[in-house]
Amino acid sequence: MAYSEKVLDHYEHPRNVGSFGKEEEGIATGMVGAPACGDVMKLQIKVGKDGVIEDAKFKTYGCGSAIASSSLVTEWVKGKTLDQALEIKNTQIAEELALPPVKIHCSILAEDAIKAAVADYKKKHGE
Amino acid sequence: MLKLPIYLDYSATTPVDPRVAEKMIPYLVEKFGNPASRSHAFGWEAEAAVEEARAEVAKLVNADPKEIIWTSGATESNNLAIKGAAHFYSSKGKHLITVKTEHKAVLDTCRELEREGFEVTYLDVMENGLVDLEAFKAALRPDTIVVSVMFVNNEIGVIQPIAEIGEICRAKGIIFHVDAAQATGKVEVDLEKLKVDLMSFSAHKTYGPKGIGALYVRRKPRVRLEAQMHGGGHERGFRSGTLPTHQIVGMGEAFRIAREEMGEENERIRTLRDRLLKGLTDIEHVYINGDLEHRIPHNLNISFAYVEGESMMMAIKDLAVSSGSACTSASLEPSYVLRALGRDDELAHSSIRFTIGRFNTEEEIDYAIRLLHEKIGKLRELSPLWEMVQEGVDLNTVQWAAH
Repeated sequence: MAYSEKVLDHYEHPRNVGSFGKEEEGIATGMVGAPACGDVMKLQIKVGKDGVIEDAKFKTYGCGSAIASSSLVTEWVKGKTLDQALEIKNTQIAEELALPPVKIHCSILAEDAIKAAVADYKKKHGE
Repeated sequence: MLKLPIYLDYSATTPVDPRVAEKMIPYLVEKFGNPASRSHAFGWEAEAAVEEARAEVAKLVNADPKEIIWTSGATESNNLAIKGAAHFYSSKGKHLITVKTEHKAVLDTCRELEREGFEVTYLDVMENGLVDLEAFKAALRPDTIVVSVMFVNNEIGVIQPIAEIGEICRAKGIIFHVDAAQATGKVEVDLEKLKVDLMSFSAHKTYGPKGIGALYVRRKPRVRLEAQMHGGGHERGFRSGTLPTHQIVGMGEAFRIAREEMGEENERIRTLRDRLLKGLTDIEHVYINGDLEHRIPHNLNISFAYVEGESMMMAIKDLAVSSGSACTSASLEPSYVLRALGRDDELAHSSIRFTIGRFNTEEEIDYAIRLLHEKIGKLRELSPLWEMVQEGVDLNTVQWAAH
């Protein structure tokens, strides 16, 4: 299957790969997917005191589209409030990366990763 | 000079050997006659070529040319053999036995027979991919009429105990079919010795053209089949349809070359495979799928743990290989063959199949080793599973949010 140029670009130059230190403040983690399904995404956000996402990092086990989807959302969530981040929809991710129908689940997983990271933040901060 | 990408997917298909292509071409243009034309020289010439090719196919597997029926490929041969025998012998019983790691052309044919009212037992394999003979014997029933087991597995390259299964079937009067698509030119096939009743062949896995195959149908003791394709009664009524002379000539030449060169070629390929294996075993968490001893020298199926197969293939796009991961298909199920070995899903998703062939070189293998070393490191840096394992987390204890 041929990948879109944007998928290839994110795959070859993934943005914001890595993990935050465990002691850093304002960190929340969303881990979604399962090895049995062939993809696992870990999305971490660093939220400032003003409630804005300052930074994001990811690691993904999965196909090129899964890697590209998670790489893309780390760029998109930066500078957004938690509520704004929750407005990112899988359809936008799929459209931006020109994902074919069999890869739509990758964009859904990326949306779920944002939701999971925000939920983790809210849980930790008692909201 | 190294030419990229490097083809390491010879079990998917092989290029037509130039010697084969050269022999085929005259039968497209000048020698175009219909081998069934009995009334003129065009037909006689084509018929002679078809019979010469039939003799070559028979010779590779030590059979009589009269036992070889032309088909469009191994899929058709499998359909004709299994459905044809099941239908013909259905008054004797309604039970068939096959194996979970068979090719879809066998499994799906069996599924169709189930819809028609037959019963099929799908045997598990052992962890090494081989059929457990005791489990096979236990699955036999008084109403078992057909057994189908592949010679060489297409994904993991293991060689099934065909001789032993054949003895058991013959003693009980059960028709034994073997899908040998992946075996010709790679393992010795001697149908004088093997108690096999039906055997499927393909040309394009053995440096012949696509679209042509054959079915061996034993004459002593005689095996009967119900035809699946009806028409002009070609191939003694087993398979109607005008014979594609050029394709048949190609298959004959490919099988002649296989017979004459396989001994030497297999040793050369074994050296390359062992070189690849040796070059990869210093990578951590690498697992070989399937038995290494009862295996054709051409195949290496490896799981690179914590790296997903499809992203791996993207990273090594200079290598044309295939993966047991199913991320490319609509289903999220990884290879059913690797699952049948009891490999957990993560390792099944992380598998890459390398199949080496006639035109690979040492230089290509060395390039592949270097590339794999470089890319696996990069992808593991990207893998949350690798990170967790490095931190000492047992992935089996994690509660995954499956989707």
